[in-house]
Amino acid sequence: MKLFLKASCIFAVSIFYSCKDQALAVAKIEGEEIQVTDTISSNAELDQFIAPYAEHINKEMSTTLAYAPKSLSKSDAKYNTAIGNMEADAVMEMLTPIFVSRMNDSLDVVLLNYGGIRASINKGDVTTKTAYNIMPFENEAVVVKLSGKTMQELFQYLAKNQTAHPLAGAQLILNADGSIQKSLIQKKPIDTNLTYYVATNDYLQLGGDHMDFLAKTDTVINMNYKLRNLFIDYFKKKDTIAPVRDQRFIKLEK
Amino acid sequence: MKRKTFIQNTTAAGILTGIGGLGLLSSSFKTARKHITILHTNDVHSHIQPFPVDDAKYPNLGGVSRRYTLIESIRKENPNTLLLDAGDIFQGTPFFNFYGGELEFKLMSKLKYDAATLGNHDFDNGIDGLNAQLPHANFSFISSNYNFTNTVLDGKVKDYQIFTKDGVKIGVFGLGIELDGLVSKKNYKETKYLNPVEIAQEMTKKLKQEEKCDLVICLSHLGYSYKHNKISDLKLAEQTKDIDLIIGGHTHTFLEKPTIVENMIGKKVLVNQTGWAGVNLGRIDFYLDEENNISADGIAIEV
Repeated sequence: MKLFLKASCIFAVSIFYSCKDQALAVAKIEGEEIQVTDTISSNAELDQFIAPYAEHINKEMSTTLAYAPKSLSKSDAKYNTAIGNMEADAVMEMLTPIFVSRMNDSLDVVLLNYGGIRASINKGDVTTKTAYNIMPFENEAVVVKLSGKTMQELFQYLAKNQTAHPLAGAQLILNADGSIQKSLIQKKPIDTNLTYYVATNDYLQLGGDHMDFLAKTDTVINMNYKLRNLFIDYFKKKDTIAPVRDQRFIKLEK
Repeated sequence: MKRKTFIQNTTAAGILTGIGGLGLLSSSFKTARKHITILHTNDVHSHIQPFPVDDAKYPNLGGVSRRYTLIESIRKENPNTLLLDAGDIFQGTPFFNFYGGELEFKLMSKLKYDAATLGNHDFDNGIDGLNAQLPHANFSFISSNYNFTNTVLDGKVKDYQIFTKDGVKIGVFGLGIELDGLVSKKNYKETKYLNPVEIAQEMTKKLKQEEKCDLVICLSHLGYSYKHNKISDLKLAEQTKDIDLIIGGHTHTFLEKPTIVENMIGKKVLVNQTGWAGVNLGRIDFYLDEENNISADGIAIEV
């Protein structure tokens, strides 16, 4: 055994010397994905390091901002929903004074996207966490100036998709066959000689959800107001969050 | 994970099967062989804690603290380990919203990450927000195709870095995705995006031919693949040479095993990505030998 070991050592050394000037090259590669499951124990020191950060966040997140007497979900109804109306109305209400003071003009329409309502609002306390749940992304409110003709495209988009995208400042009524029966902006028919200000978010303005009409503009005003913060401010302003479904976007039965 | 051997005609395999039982040769062979382990994550997106147990997709998976335990156990097994991240460290949980990335960088430093490249979301608090967190990071940022001249990051991000482990030279360079359209200009400011394929050719020339690196790794945030023509990790692998491994990100792609791609001179490149949120840790093991111990196309890839 001893002799064997010695022999192998000598052999190893001789290989090493004969090859020392040789470059290294890859002989074998192995690859795998290791799932991080609860069978791997966590590290106590690291957990202790994270804890104060997590506690602070939890405390902030649980701050009560308002009260919701009913649960609100985007799947509650078709064409327009209470939660979607709340989002669009909140944008209209919170953005209007800022927009008026900055542009000396009025905001006409708000359009967000159905997919952007990321969670339901549960009955009970509305907290900071509620705002993070419904809007986890960092998107900011932007206002675009659109021609009357482009506003027609906006309505055609809604008519074609028949999705309950959050809408404010406008009304769209579809016939049973899906054609447009009535489309109004601030209670008036579209005037193709006019331009309109539409509030949305930067994601949609840049082509998200294929709302391409939002890019047909030479004026994009970034309001530097994250939608999540806007909702937090809106919840703080209100005691009760009790929006309703209404007639702003509907499809007639026959 | 299931492993499958694609090619196995190395000298090593030859010796072992040819003179099997003669422990003399195989043991001496082992002493010459070098073993380098590459561990990697991508798109962790501020997921510091595991997903909730009732999460629909990733119940009770991930978590930095568990990842630490896992990495430490692998380092014990092989101290010649590199730990890399392919970007989008930021954004996705309130940890980022509240602390701006401070905790992410501090924890990655505790996990002893060696380097990371930059993802588009790492600009979410602007280039100034990213710069403000850099003092919390005890690891390198590597990006070869973002030119940061005239920005606050000028001189703070490396074009490439060479790590030496057990005498093995490992060259790492980084590629970022085109920022225009993904990140608002006010966030990335004067950062210039340069063509990733051209930069990769420059970097491999530098690392392989001039610096004589034994391994070349590309940390990429280009994305795994796209339906349209956009440059991706798979395309990059095909259009370049002298890259051994592309560690990808951005598309949050879960792979069962690393993908093998033939490069422009017919050599095999590994492309890997580990999904996102720290659900998985990628592990690639390289075994290196003196060149004359390996037959022409003798790399055995077991993935």
